[in-house]
Amino acid sequence: MTIELRGKSAIVGTGHAGFGEAHGLTAYDVMAQSALAALGDAGLKLSDVDGLFCTMMEDSMPALMAAEYLGIQPRFIDGTMSGGSSFVNYLTSATMALDAGLCDVALIVYGSNQRTASGRLVTASRPPAYEAPYNPRYPISAYAMAAARHMHEYGTTREQLADVAVAARAWAQRNPEAFERGPLTREDVLGARMVGDPLTVRDCCLVTDGGGAIVMVRADRARDFPKAPVYVLGSAAESSHRQISQMKDFTVTAARDSGARAFAAAGVTPADIQAVELYDAFTINTILFLEDLGFCAKGEGGAFVEGGRIAPGGVLPVNTNGGGLSCVHPGMYGIFTVIEAARQIRGDAPGIQLKDVDLALAHGNGGVLSSQVTAILGSQNTL
Amino acid sequence: MQDAIGPDQFFQRALAEGEILLPKCDDCGAYHFFPRVLCPHCHGSAISWMKARGKGRVHTTTVVRRKPERGGDYNVCVVELDEGVRMMSRVEGIAPGEVAIDMPVTAFVGEAEGAPAVLFKPSER
Repeated sequence: MTIELRGKSAIVGTGHAGFGEAHGLTAYDVMAQSALAALGDAGLKLSDVDGLFCTMMEDSMPALMAAEYLGIQPRFIDGTMSGGSSFVNYLTSATMALDAGLCDVALIVYGSNQRTASGRLVTASRPPAYEAPYNPRYPISAYAMAAARHMHEYGTTREQLADVAVAARAWAQRNPEAFERGPLTREDVLGARMVGDPLTVRDCCLVTDGGGAIVMVRADRARDFPKAPVYVLGSAAESSHRQISQMKDFTVTAARDSGARAFAAAGVTPADIQAVELYDAFTINTILFLEDLGFCAKGEGGAFVEGGRIAPGGVLPVNTNGGGLSCVHPGMYGIFTVIEAARQIRGDAPGIQLKDVDLALAHGNGGVLSSQVTAILGSQNTL
Repeated sequence: MQDAIGPDQFFQRALAEGEILLPKCDDCGAYHFFPRVLCPHCHGSAISWMKARGKGRVHTTTVVRRKPERGGDYNVCVVELDEGVRMMSRVEGIAPGEVAIDMPVTAFVGEAEGAPAVLFKPSER
């Protein structure tokens, strides 16, 4: 997004459904319940939606499936599939479509029943031909190898990785919507079952059901809805590879580029951000993205997160809902970074509500550190 | 042409005969991997096949933990060959947890998932 689009669109509704276990429901059921929740939040009806932004894990034409299920006939759809970052990416295309008059009410929506359906990641994606014969465990092995390289180059420790999970749990413990709210210590993480060295099962995100939805309109009518509007001040994407073996530098993600452009469009800096919502599929993600987005220098992410510095009461509030590590992770987590950022700004966060949040960052990750999308959201005060 | 084969098939056929070939761009001189119809560096489309020297270093590595009754733990790594290309593989001949970043390794054609595959072993000192 360029600076011309700064503040041109706003989120006027958010919703979710099926957090944890959505027994008896299909992924599309959870998607539809999420859509209804977000539209209800915005005081709108499904029949008002004329722009649909959706992808699902199950099949290759999910936006069409979703529109059909919802009983709507959208005049604009975007089903771009860049993995879990897709839903942050839709903030850009929805803003463009709204600004161009291609639609008036944009619905971004996702749903999954992966936990009750199979208990593991469901994906229609095929294993890459030059990696599949070696049986990497997708996607854990890829993130494990990124973590191993970060530890090798910068001396990042397993204890520092563990502290990311401990901080996420501390936020989740105060969030009644979070799936995992039991106590978690550094020792618990380190002593948990190793799944892909150096990552234990507690370094990995949850496998839950769940869906989320966001309703967006043009900024000129954003104040006509029940909830305070949350403006998209900047959003930007960068993609660097698909297969982990093709990642040029395992310790630097394309978030460096997406972040720089999102900040430039929004006209703010990392120091201005009051709530940081990162796609934490694995503990290494949080460290990589804090570095690449400019919250600390490259290589210093381990020290930055150590000992509760990103936990409640720390120096920077990161993943205030508990993140994908402890709140919810239904295959693709991206939409929940946006929902939590928006709710922190609106003042109705389900867990710890930070004081007077005007600026929040949502960052989506897709594939195996492949697609990075950064969005800066702001309150009315930031226009 | 009925007998025309693409880059993937060319690579796989050589592998089946025990030979590791790497694509190299005629225009910029850089190697790339995986095989494809163009050079990802300069986007030239004149590609030659070169016999791999077979020497490289482990760029990064992990152990996939698996229950003993299902075959036990195994190594997955990314090797950077001296030619400058990287590929996913595994190092055999040592315990999966002994595979270390920067370890010098030598390629050989082995078998993975019942098909010929590039594998590595620790290089002789």
